Amino acid sequence: MFNNTPAITPELVAEHGLKADEYKRLTDLIGRDPTLTELGIFSAMWNEHCSYKSSKVHLRTLPTKGPHVIQGPGENAGVIDIGDGLACVFKMESHNHPSYIEPYQGAATGVGGILRDVFTMGARPIACLNALSFGAPGHPKTRHLVGGVVAGIGGYGNSFGVPTVGGSVRFHARYDGNILVNAMAVGIAEKDKIFYAAASGVGMPVVYLGSKTGRDGIHGASMASAEFDDDSDEKRPTVQVGDPFAEKLLLEACLEIMHKGCVIAIQDMGAAGLTSSATEMGAKGDLGVTLDLDKVPCREENMSAYEMMLSESQERMLMVLKPDKEQEAEAIFRKWGLDFAVIGETNTSKRFVVRHKGEVMADLPIKELGDSAPEYKRPFVSPAKLPVIDAADVKAQAGIADALEWLIATPDLCSKRWVWEQYDHIIGGNTVQRPGGDAAVVRVEEGPKGLALTTDVTPRYCEADPFEGGKQAVAECWRNLTAVGATPLAITDNLNFGNPERPEIMGQFVGCVRGIGEACKVLNFPVVSGNVSLYNETNGRAILPTPSIGGVGLIEDFKKSATLAFKREGETILLVGETTGWLGQSMYLRELCSREEGAPPPVDLIEERENGDFVRALILDGTATSAHDLSDGGLLVALAEMAMAGGVGARLDEAPDDTPSHAFWFGEDQARYVITVPAGKAKAVLDRAREASVLVSNIGTTGGDTLAISGERAIEIAALRDKSEGWLPAYMAGEI
Amino acid sequence: MKAAVVVFPGINRERDMARTLKLVSGHEPAMVWHAETALPAGTDLVVIPGGFSYGDYLRCGAIAARAPIMDAVRAHAAKGGLTLGVCNGFQILCEAGLLPGVLMRNAQLRFICRDVYLKVERSDTPFTRGYNAGQVIRVPVAHGEGNYIADGETIARLEGEGRVLFRYSSPDGMIDPNWNHNGAINAIAGILSDKSNVLGMMPHPENHVETVIGLTDGRGLFAGMVEHLAKAA
Repeated sequence: MFNNTPAITPELVAEHGLKADEYKRLTDLIGRDPTLTELGIFSAMWNEHCSYKSSKVHLRTLPTKGPHVIQGPGENAGVIDIGDGLACVFKMESHNHPSYIEPYQGAATGVGGILRDVFTMGARPIACLNALSFGAPGHPKTRHLVGGVVAGIGGYGNSFGVPTVGGSVRFHARYDGNILVNAMAVGIAEKDKIFYAAASGVGMPVVYLGSKTGRDGIHGASMASAEFDDDSDEKRPTVQVGDPFAEKLLLEACLEIMHKGCVIAIQDMGAAGLTSSATEMGAKGDLGVTLDLDKVPCREENMSAYEMMLSESQERMLMVLKPDKEQEAEAIFRKWGLDFAVIGETNTSKRFVVRHKGEVMADLPIKELGDSAPEYKRPFVSPAKLPVIDAADVKAQAGIADALEWLIATPDLCSKRWVWEQYDHIIGGNTVQRPGGDAAVVRVEEGPKGLALTTDVTPRYCEADPFEGGKQAVAECWRNLTAVGATPLAITDNLNFGNPERPEIMGQFVGCVRGIGEACKVLNFPVVSGNVSLYNETNGRAILPTPSIGGVGLIEDFKKSATLAFKREGETILLVGETTGWLGQSMYLRELCSREEGAPPPVDLIEERENGDFVRALILDGTATSAHDLSDGGLLVALAEMAMAGGVGARLDEAPDDTPSHAFWFGEDQARYVITVPAGKAKAVLDRAREASVLVSNIGTTGGDTLAISGERAIEIAALRDKSEGWLPAYMAGEI
Repeated sequence: MKAAVVVFPGINRERDMARTLKLVSGHEPAMVWHAETALPAGTDLVVIPGGFSYGDYLRCGAIAARAPIMDAVRAHAAKGGLTLGVCNGFQILCEAGLLPGVLMRNAQLRFICRDVYLKVERSDTPFTRGYNAGQVIRVPVAHGEGNYIADGETIARLEGEGRVLFRYSSPDGMIDPNWNHNGAINAIAGILSDKSNVLGMMPHPENHVETVIGLTDGRGLFAGMVEHLAKAA
């Protein structure tokens, strides 16, 4: 019955990334040796990337429900209710391994994949964001990778026609061998017209749509489930090639046939392509699926069943259509110049059968393919708690003015204009707040609603204390949304870690997930979608633990959103939250003292919530004229950003006596914001703060063209801006 | 104003353009698919919006210039009908022979999205009666290939005939290489056809028309066309 050549040898099994016990699980499940095609299918479904076998048990602990959650994790993307019959559909996903090997195409197809996840559910994408981590600037590959990844993200998003409105970029030697490219897409759909993967109905046509299938990307998901070594460049052929033009056509065609009511179920062909999309539709619908690969549109000749099942060619979709609408759907696809082929049908067998050239190449139990994937409770060790560094023990390395001018020009704190100017961030005509602020704000349709969007994580905190770092990533995301006046609604998480088979890496993962869960619970900020990327490790050296958090917030009237720019002279500058001068794991300690040490700042989630709610209320009632959250670099870096954005300086009081001044200005205590209010309203705000038990202090007044701290050298705003804007273009031009 | 927005596969600013036309003129434009061979009867403005027609995998605009609808666009322009091409639309008009010259890759070889300043050279055209001659407006660009070039004779003719309508400039209207982000010759951002009824420009006036989103300097172009057509009618 089966074509059993070549024979399945232990070497072949190992090459497919299956461990001996996993292979035994496979043969026990099907009661025989698999065919080569079946082995390929199992390797695609059971690798870490697709099966979440190391992470699942921990991910289940995350809060995923809330009054506005329409769809949590498990579908192509998460869905939340934003009122007025509309839903926001969003997800973040990594494309780390391919982007290191081929930065342009790796990043481009990362964007393409996440956009498909969103429009597969019936949503028109309205914004993209990303979170990028690169190696040390001095590493020989870094410049090339930054250039390629940024061009790839722009190349895809700009052509597809979605504004890329925000993101984050960092550099650290721990990403030298494994960069991180996390892409997030956000779309809007009508709440009652969301499309899902579950097939329904027997004898329904399974339709292939989009671009043709080639040999690109075969084993991509497997590559993403293994460490790199010195020969990783040989994996270049596993990277797919993106075609944003085809994707734009696919978007318009899909939305059109959805609008016309042709679609029963839809699934994009992402990781593990045809294999994972077909089995998911069947398994979720409790149905069997039979595919006839002779019908699959191919762009290369003589493709084997194995290759077709594992190809990760881009811009493809699988759908179950209503039989009476099949012709209408086909006409729409033809109009857009896309391939349309009925390649199979649903049945009651609950088996996944693949035929090619008259032979059965695979015959597998469809539910068990996914459900019976191995699931590991991998051993983990939590890292020892690091000592709390007393600010008094950190010798000031420079005067306050010199330190600020140094910090503002460091790779992590400098302006990322060079990056985001390569992204079309205004297409759509709805970008209310462009990149460079705390969160981007995008108008929803004709308004007045707006969505606030951001991506955040502080990997050095996560490394030092995974639990507090996990909490902080969520808290900072929540704070950034709050700082523009939005109510944070939900997050997508993209968890990037090293090899989970090492207990210390697993310890980082477990700690971060616990921290994320804790913060999401307290802040009422559920996780609705996400992605796990493990094995980000080269020659045994792992990345910093990097759980990127993508957050979505809602502002009822986008015109009320706040920006960080100082607006005018003579306004009172208020610091919200408690400042203890926490220097452990701070940018000051790292960049000026060359010490990556100590416990990171703890996150008091109750205080986060209270301080944030206080600030948001001041923004929405029009009292606060600007607002900015405090994070990397602390208070003075935040003030500098506000001054540079507004072209207005500030006169600032000196640090309080009980805190060393460098710790006061550059410490990274959490749950803090800076806001400005008209001078006449300052007293009332301070009174309100006292009533709400929120710590607020008056720290100065806007005005002038310098940051003038009592007793320190005044810092020219123009010079600061030159330093902030200068580093990245100079670095990319090879001048640094 | 009866406007028609031509949509090629891969065009992606057609929604922005349609929304702006509706906002300023009060009328929904017709969306005309590239495979059509005629424009709606009575069309008095044809707009080719921005995007990446056919992916721009060949020279930008080269395939779109040969699409079925383009004969109708050429006929419309030939009889003096207003025709506006923005960004990819400008590239398509050049490729279609409706405007001279070509748009090369930006001098820095990178896609650039930012607000730029444009000096409006003339106000006595159908497109710029909403501005004053010499006025500086701030509008966004978003392109990788906006570096305008033509042979010396053509440039001399364009300049001599006053057909350079917009130039990249400093905020106070100075022509300065530091404010010419894509390296276009003579800082050219937009040019007119010999009869002044066809305009191609790289920047996106349609993205700066609403106070609530930000600046509104792009509005004058659309308001000017509405006024021109109303007077002509």
